[in-house]
Amino acid sequence: MIKITEKPIDIQKVIDTASSLGAGALNVFIGTVRNTAHGKNVLWLEYEAYEAMAVAEIRKIIDEAAHRWPLLGWAISHRIGTLKPGEVSVVIAVSAPHRKDSFDACEFIIDTLKEKVPIWKKEIFEDGEEWVSAQPNVAKVYN
Amino acid sequence: MGANEVIIDVQESATVGDFKAVLFSQYPRLKALTSLFIAVNHAYAEDDEKLTAEAEIALIPPVAGG
Repeated sequence: MIKITEKPIDIQKVIDTASSLGAGALNVFIGTVRNTAHGKNVLWLEYEAYEAMAVAEIRKIIDEAAHRWPLLGWAISHRIGTLKPGEVSVVIAVSAPHRKDSFDACEFIIDTLKEKVPIWKKEIFEDGEEWVSAQPNVAKVYN
Repeated sequence: MGANEVIIDVQESATVGDFKAVLFSQYPRLKALTSLFIAVNHAYAEDDEKLTAEAEIALIPPVAGG
């Protein structure tokens, strides 16, 4: 399951989708909105996605993860729209026979998602706003 | 750019690189971005990829999901 949604993420559904009877481990990453950035209070974040490509890129990341680790199940849900501090922005769940693979695969997926998937966020402060810019190394990851 | 969609004129059989050259000459402020990738039909494209008339072209400034 790959989902990009404006509604609050159903964490249990992501976990259930990734679960497998053959799994000895199910690893879940939950990304949340932090209340500070650059020493300033964040009032809220505005997330935008180029949805069709975001889904396609997440699928490529999952394919790569499934190639590297023996995944039994997986699910990803990413929220867009306006999110306040404390709210959940992304949930990634992967299951595997053993825990190390599930930890490693989950870390790979969130790290690569942040580098490659066309989703953007703007931080809204009391005195202004700023687009968050990530590492400019997308091409390197692909080559 | 101040718009969700703009029109850029390029020659037939132009590549992504040709497109970027015209784009940057018309919108020089884009050079200030730390990165700008071009996506064609929902996939990151290299400079030597040829464009077709039906291709969906998107500009991808630095991403920040998660």
